Amino acid sequence: MAVATSSSQVLNNVEAVRATLYEALKNDDKVVILGEDVGSRGNVFLITKDFVKEFGTERIIDTPIAEASIVGIAVGMAMEGLRPIAEIQFADFIYPSFNQIVGEAAKTRYRSNGEYTCPMVIRTPYGGGVRGALSHSVSVEALFYHVPGLKIVVPSFPADVKGLLNAAIDDPDPVLFLEHKKTYRLIKGEVPDGHYVIPIGKADVKKEGSQLSVVSYGLYVHWALEAANQLENEGMSVEVIDLRSVRPMDRTAILQSVRKTRKLLIIHEDNKFGGIGAEISAMVAEEALFDLDAPIRRLAAPDVPAMGYAMPLEEAYMSSPAKMADAMREMVKF
Amino acid sequence: MANIPTQVRKSLERHGLSDEQLRTIFRTMLLQRQLDNRGFQLNRQGKVPFALGSEGHEALQAGAAMAFNRGKDILAPYYRDLGLSIGIGLTPYEIMLSIFARAADHNGGRQFPNHYSSKRAGLMSFSSILAAHIPHAVGAAYALKYRKEAGRAVLVTFGDGTTSEGEWHESMNFAAVHKLPIVFLCENNQWAISTPLSLQMGQPNIYKRAEGYGMPGEQFDGFDPLATYDACSRAMERARNGGGPTLLEGVCYRFLAHSTDDNDLTYRTREDVSERRKDDPVPRFENLLVESGIMTGEQVAAMKQDVLHETNEATDKAEAMPFPTADDLYKHVYEGAWEPWQ
Ligand SMILES: Cc1ncc(C[n+]2csc(CCOP(=O)(O)OP(=O)(O)O)c2C)c(N)n1
Ligand SMILES: [Mg+2]
Repeated sequence: MAVATSSSQVLNNVEAVRATLYEALKNDDKVVILGEDVGSRGNVFLITKDFVKEFGTERIIDTPIAEASIVGIAVGMAMEGLRPIAEIQFADFIYPSFNQIVGEAAKTRYRSNGEYTCPMVIRTPYGGGVRGALSHSVSVEALFYHVPGLKIVVPSFPADVKGLLNAAIDDPDPVLFLEHKKTYRLIKGEVPDGHYVIPIGKADVKKEGSQLSVVSYGLYVHWALEAANQLENEGMSVEVIDLRSVRPMDRTAILQSVRKTRKLLIIHEDNKFGGIGAEISAMVAEEALFDLDAPIRRLAAPDVPAMGYAMPLEEAYMSSPAKMADAMREMVKF
Repeated sequence: MANIPTQVRKSLERHGLSDEQLRTIFRTMLLQRQLDNRGFQLNRQGKVPFALGSEGHEALQAGAAMAFNRGKDILAPYYRDLGLSIGIGLTPYEIMLSIFARAADHNGGRQFPNHYSSKRAGLMSFSSILAAHIPHAVGAAYALKYRKEAGRAVLVTFGDGTTSEGEWHESMNFAAVHKLPIVFLCENNQWAISTPLSLQMGQPNIYKRAEGYGMPGEQFDGFDPLATYDACSRAMERARNGGGPTLLEGVCYRFLAHSTDDNDLTYRTREDVSERRKDDPVPRFENLLVESGIMTGEQVAAMKQDVLHETNEATDKAEAMPFPTADDLYKHVYEGAWEPWQ
């Protein structure tokens, strides 16, 4: 249970994003926010509520509905010295801007041999379990993590959200900042006051354990922790690692944990084929195969285009603490 | 066809340009053509794998470059803009480094030739992805306006085919909403590789689309550097002074194949091209300068000699420079050292 102290506050993830954006706007007038309905409406989740009153329409820009240029204009702003934070209203609508993210933002520094850079953040809510139907539920990280030049952050604890969003805003390179929308109001936690930064690319061991390493990120870290605590009561010791960033990825943390527990279960909400788990499995197989006592296992969404709106379709697509606990038990007992 | 009849100017309308500026425009045109042809020659000699030509765009680019304020304005060009790039301050040596893909090239030999980037010249980095640079130009214009830097504007260029892209539309729309200091300059050479204008758009006058966005639009003869300068300088001046964006369309023609990898005889005839060559903007402007007494025939010949000499020197100097090394592949992925995933 999170409690506020003299130097911290209890916030949910929406509040953590909001507080961090607010501080960034306060501290640096190069920071501007652009996206659909971020102004007078204050974003569809009210993350930027009232910002426009304080910072004005020049800094809180309600854009036309045009995702390619939301990102593309931010790229140009960044090349010209501003610190834009572009918002894609839902990750499902990021596809029109794929070109700008992958072809342009991620390659600006590289293609100009460092002469031009692209320090910008693209924030977007993603993920399911909220009855978001086919087109308000997707996970997009695997579509982007293939791309060098881009950083991808997926925090799911309020304190991590703040530290990593600060890092993303300060970062000299483009960062895709993914916010799981089911955690927005569900997850509360203690958030230290003042400015601090959590380095991008560093995982965090959220629960130590000795018999199995579980690597996850996003909403599923919370469910994995629930399952791991359940197993603790059954006398099994499971370590839960929150990746927090999927690019760069913290191979050291993964390998250290796997070499200790000798078993690896990767859990993610995105589907299995070509997902984050595929890269982790391959890396661990290359680096630590002979340290393993069991085959690597991936618990991921079924290989279908999306979860559905109807409850059974959403439930069948999403995992659950119970399904995770089952997989963990099998792995520990292997 | 979106042709404005190219009328050969009988008298010189200077639009306020001095004799020296007129000669500068002409020299930029000559240098563009010389460097351009050098790229093709080097390709045929097997010294470079690829070259892009810009013959037919000389007047348009030299005229536009004259409307650009060095040290103030920003240029977001595309790969056809050799003349515009030298016109705003890139050197022939820099052009040749790009053609030879040497380590000292601004892009470190990473991009195709003619994809320049230079902070010094105010030339924004761009890729080969058509229209992707247009929102960047708009973002830069937003930054100028946001910082209240009156007296500065962005010039963004693109081909006729590129106006079909969504990012082109999105950029025009956003720039108009925010009255940004930017000029959209279309270099309408009638072709997009093999696709003629008639298959690119249902209404062939690109400049007319401006009205739909709520900005002024203007078409001019892109074979005439002075008509180009006139249109560009008025639009840039308006942008610099808070008057918002303009869409300009310069009508020109692509005399060469799209690139050294294209055979244009598969989609147009030699006669199509030779017909348009009659209006070749380079001799046309030369005649005008000589007839108006701005330059003598001897001065023109000397200038051509000088341009050839400069091109030869730049070629030799760039060719002698080293290539990037395999280690350079790993640089500038992110800021600082990058430990690639193994
Ligand atoms: C997004 C994208 N689509 C296709 C291409 C391939 N391509 C390169 S140049 C070109 C034609 C462009 O024509 P236009 O815009 O008229 O410019 P021009 O080459 O005639 O100056 C095409 C299709 C590309 N580079 N980028
Ligand atoms: Mg064209």
